[in-house]
Amino acid sequence: MSVETPTRPAAAPLPTYDATDLVGARLSAPRRYKNRVATACVWASVILALAPLALVIVLVVKNGLDAMGVEFFTGNIPSTRSAATGMGPAIVGTLIVTAAATVMAVPLGVLAAIYLSEYGRDGKVAATVRFLAGVMTGVPSIVMGLFVYTIWVLNFGQSAFAGALALACLMLPVVIRSGEEMLRLVPDDLRNASLALGTRKSRMIRTVVVPSALPGLTSGSLLAVARAAGETAPLLFTIGAIQTFNPNLFAGTNTVLPIQIYNGALSPFEGAHTRAWGAALALIAIVLVFTFAARLVTARLSTDRHR
Amino acid sequence: MTVPAALHVPPTEAPPTALATEGLGVYYGDWLAVDDITLQVPRHHITAFIGPSGCGKSTLLRCFNRMNDLIAGARVVGRVTYGDVDLYDDRIDPVQVRRRIGMVFQRPNPFPKSVYDNVAYGLRVHAMTEDLDDRVEDALRRAALWDDVKGALKKSALALSGGQQQRLCIARTIAVEPDIVLMDEPCSALDPIATGRIEDLMQELRRDYTILIVTHNMQQAARASDYAAFLTTEVDGDGDRRRGKLVEFAATNELFTHPQDPRTENYITGRFG
Repeated sequence: MSVETPTRPAAAPLPTYDATDLVGARLSAPRRYKNRVATACVWASVILALAPLALVIVLVVKNGLDAMGVEFFTGNIPSTRSAATGMGPAIVGTLIVTAAATVMAVPLGVLAAIYLSEYGRDGKVAATVRFLAGVMTGVPSIVMGLFVYTIWVLNFGQSAFAGALALACLMLPVVIRSGEEMLRLVPDDLRNASLALGTRKSRMIRTVVVPSALPGLTSGSLLAVARAAGETAPLLFTIGAIQTFNPNLFAGTNTVLPIQIYNGALSPFEGAHTRAWGAALALIAIVLVFTFAARLVTARLSTDRHR
Repeated sequence: MTVPAALHVPPTEAPPTALATEGLGVYYGDWLAVDDITLQVPRHHITAFIGPSGCGKSTLLRCFNRMNDLIAGARVVGRVTYGDVDLYDDRIDPVQVRRRIGMVFQRPNPFPKSVYDNVAYGLRVHAMTEDLDDRVEDALRRAALWDDVKGALKKSALALSGGQQQRLCIARTIAVEPDIVLMDEPCSALDPIATGRIEDLMQELRRDYTILIVTHNMQQAARASDYAAFLTTEVDGDGDRRRGKLVEFAATNELFTHPQDPRTENYITGRFG
């Protein structure tokens, strides 16, 4: 007896799907039209948004390179008629003023953000601090300069430190608000995981919350630093004016790149214009280097670098 | 006819109690979420809390390591005792309680750190850092995860699969040598294979630990637990708010084969309503 081999049923004809409606080109005319308009608008917006940035960079680099040279970094700032390119004092001034402001504002701001996000939460004190930080964000920078002028400069005179104080006041609310946002993004699951192991809250915050939020905290602080580094108004009457190097943070008047840009641009002389462009290029470069360095450090410290 | 004394089955001695509650209730604000729970959790066994959603199983579980303290507005009444210690005594430090009574959560929640650092975290917190490598390895072995990760201890824990992450969380919990492990629906986010591995792991762990597990999966409770408590919700007398009540607490096979309360029977036979 032979084993009957099971026969396949006769192959049914393959269903032929009508796929024409799956093809994008078959969209109805109005939808196709809308799609094109929307795409065009989106592209136009991107170009419109990027154009100023590109123009600024191109112009600043093109014009600023004329001023670049050893003298730019080492020379004193010459008189406004001079064609010399020295800008060193303003570079040093910018570095020390911004650094001092960062050292004051970032730790304080991050600690305040930790308080708001981890301890104060929805309490009255936290709500008040949050409100005041909001108000502080809205204070015009020149008013911040006036404030420091009245409480510091009138008592102790102009100095890089006075300028740093004014910048720190500007940075503080930015650091607090962005920091709180970043800390709140850390999932409660992680907080609970840590606490359930018998960790004290302070240690939990140090070892879980802050490391998890570190990239965000850095971004927020960098925004504040970049903003402060480019400020002119609050420094006008807090750090004074000087044309020679003054690396002393606490004594003597000082100068920074934005002020030199302002002075140079207002001057009728060609050499001053060149110096202003050079100062602008140096300022952008400094902010860029800060940003890059901070990203690098964050990546190093980041808890999840193994991913 | 009298039964010869020799035929009397000696009463099985109740195992020693690890945790006990007496008239335990939990308020969220002025809402009593679970009410009047009295039970004894035996040592070195697996005790399951089953019941429908919202019956307060997780709330009850969190009373045992005082995680409810962290929820704004939560308040515990009644007594919870660990051995002969009242866990809600004023002198008790909840942070220390949580070291002895560990917890595994519903969603795997490894830290965004390496596998090694996840397990070492609690050990570092509690300064148990002598032979740190050995302790980490031991915890990972006991959590049946060592073979999966031994070559990748420095890799991010977030790269592990969900089931592996949950076993990592178990390893992290047992690394600090707790006495009791609370598990809050540890398998609800896992597939059946991963669930099976966690259940096998629980059987291994019950030799060393007392395990309390919350689950709404009755098969899991039947398969994996020695004792089971059935909780249900009751509509509040004067409102539409529901509160959790303990209906029945017994050895698991008793509870599933001879439920004493019709509500238990309805629930385990799928006629809950």
